[in-house]
Amino acid sequence: MSMSEQSVQWYELGPVSSIPLRGSRRVVINDQTIGLFRTATDKVFAIDDQCPHKKGPLSEGIVHDNCVTCPLHNWVISLEDGKAQGADEGCVNTYPVKIEGEQLRIGVALCNKQELATVGD
Amino acid sequence: MKKQSLVVIGNGMAPGRMLEHLIEQNHAFDITIFNAEPRVNYNRLMLSYVLDGNKSYEDIITHTDEWYQQNAITLHKSAPVTDIDTDNKTVCSSNGVSCDYDKLVIATGSSPFVLPLPGKNLDGVLTYRDLDDVETMLSVASESREQSKTLRAVVIGGGLLGLEAAAGLLNQGMLVSVLHLVDTLMEKQLDPSAGWLLAEEFTRRGVDVYTGVQSEAITDNGNGAVAGVQLADGRIIDADLVVMAVGIRPSTALAQQAGINVERGIVVDDHMQTSLADIYALGECAQHNGDVYGLVAPLYVMAKVLADNLIGQPSTYAGSITATRLKVDGVSLYSAGDFSDSPDSEEIVLRDASAGIYKRLVLKDNKIAGAVLYGETSDGPWFFDMLKRGVDISDLRDTLIFGQSFQGGSALNPSEAVAALPDNAEICGCNGICKGTIVAAIDNGSTTLDGVRAVTKASSSCGTCTGLVEQILTFKLGSEYQPAAVTPVCPCTDYGHDDVRRLIRLKSLRSIPEVMQQLQWKTSCGCAKCRPALNYYLVCEYPSDYKDDYQSRFINERAHANIQKDGTYSIVPRMWGGETSSLQLRTIADVVDKYNIPTVKVTGGQRIDMLGIQKEDLIHVWRDLGKAGFVSGHAYAKGLRTVKTCVGTDWCRFGTQDSTGLGIKIEKFMWGSWTPAKVKMAVSGCPRNCAEATCKDVGVICVDSGYEIHFAGAAGLDIKGTEVLGHSDNEDEVIEIIAALLQMYREQGHYLERIYKWARRVGFDEVKAQIMEDTDKREEYFNRFMQSQKVAQIDPWAERVSGTHDHEFNNITPLPVKSEAPLRLVQ
Ligand code: SRM
Ligand SMILES: Cc1cc2nc3c(=O)[nH]c(=O)nc-3n(C[C@H](O)[C@H](O)[C@H](O)COP(=O)(O)OP(=O)(O)OC[C@H]3O[C@@H](n4cnc5c(N)ncnc54)[C@H](O)[C@@H]3O)c2cc1C
Ligand code: SF4
Ligand code: FES
Repeated sequence: MSMSEQSVQWYELGPVSSIPLRGSRRVVINDQTIGLFRTATDKVFAIDDQCPHKKGPLSEGIVHDNCVTCPLHNWVISLEDGKAQGADEGCVNTYPVKIEGEQLRIGVALCNKQELATVGD
Repeated sequence: MKKQSLVVIGNGMAPGRMLEHLIEQNHAFDITIFNAEPRVNYNRLMLSYVLDGNKSYEDIITHTDEWYQQNAITLHKSAPVTDIDTDNKTVCSSNGVSCDYDKLVIATGSSPFVLPLPGKNLDGVLTYRDLDDVETMLSVASESREQSKTLRAVVIGGGLLGLEAAAGLLNQGMLVSVLHLVDTLMEKQLDPSAGWLLAEEFTRRGVDVYTGVQSEAITDNGNGAVAGVQLADGRIIDADLVVMAVGIRPSTALAQQAGINVERGIVVDDHMQTSLADIYALGECAQHNGDVYGLVAPLYVMAKVLADNLIGQPSTYAGSITATRLKVDGVSLYSAGDFSDSPDSEEIVLRDASAGIYKRLVLKDNKIAGAVLYGETSDGPWFFDMLKRGVDISDLRDTLIFGQSFQGGSALNPSEAVAALPDNAEICGCNGICKGTIVAAIDNGSTTLDGVRAVTKASSSCGTCTGLVEQILTFKLGSEYQPAAVTPVCPCTDYGHDDVRRLIRLKSLRSIPEVMQQLQWKTSCGCAKCRPALNYYLVCEYPSDYKDDYQSRFINERAHANIQKDGTYSIVPRMWGGETSSLQLRTIADVVDKYNIPTVKVTGGQRIDMLGIQKEDLIHVWRDLGKAGFVSGHAYAKGLRTVKTCVGTDWCRFGTQDSTGLGIKIEKFMWGSWTPAKVKMAVSGCPRNCAEATCKDVGVICVDSGYEIHFAGAAGLDIKGTEVLGHSDNEDEVIEIIAALLQMYREQGHYLERIYKWARRVGFDEVKAQIMEDTDKREEYFNRFMQSQKVAQIDPWAERVSGTHDHEFNNITPLPVKSEAPLRLVQ
């Protein structure tokens, strides 16, 4: 990861249970819309809520395994590394999350978008 | 020289093990232990066996009083330490004992989390952590046996501890219910399939398992004791005993007070040292590298590391991967490592439905990353060992899942589910043919599909059971029989849609995890193709008691609006039969102004579409529309969309019947039901057909003598004129015929298959025969349709305005965290 330690601001997002299992919620931080996903096996992931294809809202897709299927044209995006699966090509930013007890936290870099884009590559 | 003084706070399993290591290595400390509990060290894991009656307290003691004496260790019982003075290096306990230390080990373990519910302090509300808890439970259970009435226990929490408590209490003769917040039991350790099997097993044993329920309050019996647990949905579960097993919190207060760095647990480095010199933490209260543990295996490793460091042989702790077993007689369950799948991981799933076995391995870079085993767990440790050692399994891959003792056995038999069906299972619903009859026909020499059809009539009608008949042929004849290829639902299974539907019915499968388990799905959680299909099949099969799985629905059906290319939504309220009024139009106009809706358009379906609405505004728009009587038009649904009409006898000089009125009646009768694909209808007042009824899924053309009913038209991707279904001379019968037709389609259509495709597949004549000629059959379909409509006609918009699925429409609000400890990325 190229994110330096000081450059991350953490945010409290409330209890993990507010995201349905195999479901998602959205959070807006610094004008950036981020999708929060909770998988069947209770892992939580955060990625930008914009499909690399045509900016479809990924948080509206169906969550299966550690992936989400975009609601607009069915691209399948990995929640782990933000990469499009199969033959499709593209990638979205991922964000670190932590679970403290039941509380969910997300880390968002304070640097500009250019730098952010390298995270998760 | 005076010996160094080692003081230990807490006498649980972790320090017990540490002491053993110190003794083995001839340590040179003066050791003093403070314990809050009034007893020696015992094996906490075994409490579950004490509870279920298989062991006594004496059986589970680890270190007796003599042991402490022999090893010159001073143990203070019932002596919780209340203060650590780090300047003077001394600790003191609530009963006034104080003791100086050179080295201090904090091993205070965890405390059970108590839900902050009203009534949590009532008599009979317990947690499950120590011997006192077990003794209280046992005394209530023995009361239960003595009284003529069986007492009831409610366990809140369906995790490891909760289930062990439930099994123990059941063994002690109580009536037991388990309440679990999440939909699957032990979701932290198990995936949904294994969790489902576990719930089945507990239910089979007589435990009432409630998943997906939230406890809201514990009710009072009037004498300060518990009477029941009230759920968020208002239900009350009676209880004489409530056990909360909802998680543990590391006990860190003492350390925090002393100024030691505490996060989730007491932070330790690789040598188990806390932020202060000479003070160590060990066991469940310790946090190493961001992780706290709740199982003994890692604590034992910590105990060894700490013992080594104390005697001056530096060693380091590197964190642990844990494996879990459930200690309930007759339930085999094993889970280890990280079993959630990710794109760079592959999974191997073995499901043996008839034996109730489920095994899943998650592989990353050709190494085992996680394992879940249910029903047959003997290979658990073998997998876990390879996992920990990072063994490359490339060479074993094909047979890995069959376990260590596998000797080149056979591949899975795909017709197993069919093989397991009893002889009286009805394979062909149309003709009432059971498996036994088909098997007999094959035994008597019918070795082809047509042969079986000729002899038994099975699969000669609608044909949806063809796949099953073929599987029976395969199962009886082996490779001699080559079935026609079925197109699987998706890559997660080899079964086609018909097979899945028939097997859901035959085996009365009632949830998506159950279908996936029993039909041996190849993935753990399905995909965006099969999940919505399975959800529909279950909705259709069990209209009143299946819990719709919204996470398996496409966003439009979850948000009850149509997603647009920019992520906004469009909504279309119903205008029954295409008729509207000034009030409706005014309401729409007001809503459009109030919420700045960018586009309003008349649709091709005789109603009005409002496009470009922000998701957050949907609820408000629906509330305003609802006040004027609008309900959802289901413009997004695999269900009834529109019933287009023309003006008919009311105004038209050619009209023969009240086509508008009939269209409205049909729409009001049919709306709300889910179907395999969308359904559009129309009623035209005369053969001029201004409502375009002859290209709809169902169309009615009014004529002088009554109503001509059409079906199976298309005007979208395909163009196809309708087929005539039949004629009727009264409106009620028209509605009955259409409802029966719709139900037949609901029961037989493949997910996303429009009526014209379904009817072509099963035969237009077959549909006509069942609906128009066989009036008994028609009545059965009609009755089943009515049954399902009873629960279907709830306006989803009103439901959401009143708060259902709130989370779907609101974003999470972030709160910046002020001070954050050193950054660690966890994913
Ligand atoms: C709004 C509307 C167009 C309009 O402005 O008039 C429309 C809009 C869409 N149609 Fe349609 N169809 C509309 C009438 C039709 C009609 C005409 C009719 O219903 O009389 C047809 C041909 C008749 C038919 O269905 O056979 C029609 C055939 C389709 C098809 C092809 C279906 C097929 O099986 O052949 C699709 C694609 C699909 O469903 O997979 C489609 C899909 C769509 C979708 C849902 C595309 C999508 O998946 O997002 C469009 C949604 C736009 C939105 O957000 O509102 N729409 N669509 C009409 C809404 C009618 C209503 O009041 O509910
Ligand atoms: C019913 C049950 C079943 C379990 N089953 C399993 C299993 O199958 N497998 C598994 O791996 N794990 C299991 N566990 C978990 C396992 O028992 C714990 O992980 C382990 O006991 C923790 O050891 P510890 O020494 O850290 O803490 P504990 O064993 O909790 O010991 C801490 C002790 O410190 C005392 N104490 C606390 N504060 C003070 C203070 N201020 N002064 C003095 N004393 C204090 C407490 O009274 C307690 O006796 C189970 C736990 C329970 C309750
Ligand atoms: S015809 Fe095509 S573009 Fe037009 S509304 Fe229908 S689906 Fe959308
Ligand atoms: S925008 Fe996501 S698939 Fe097209």
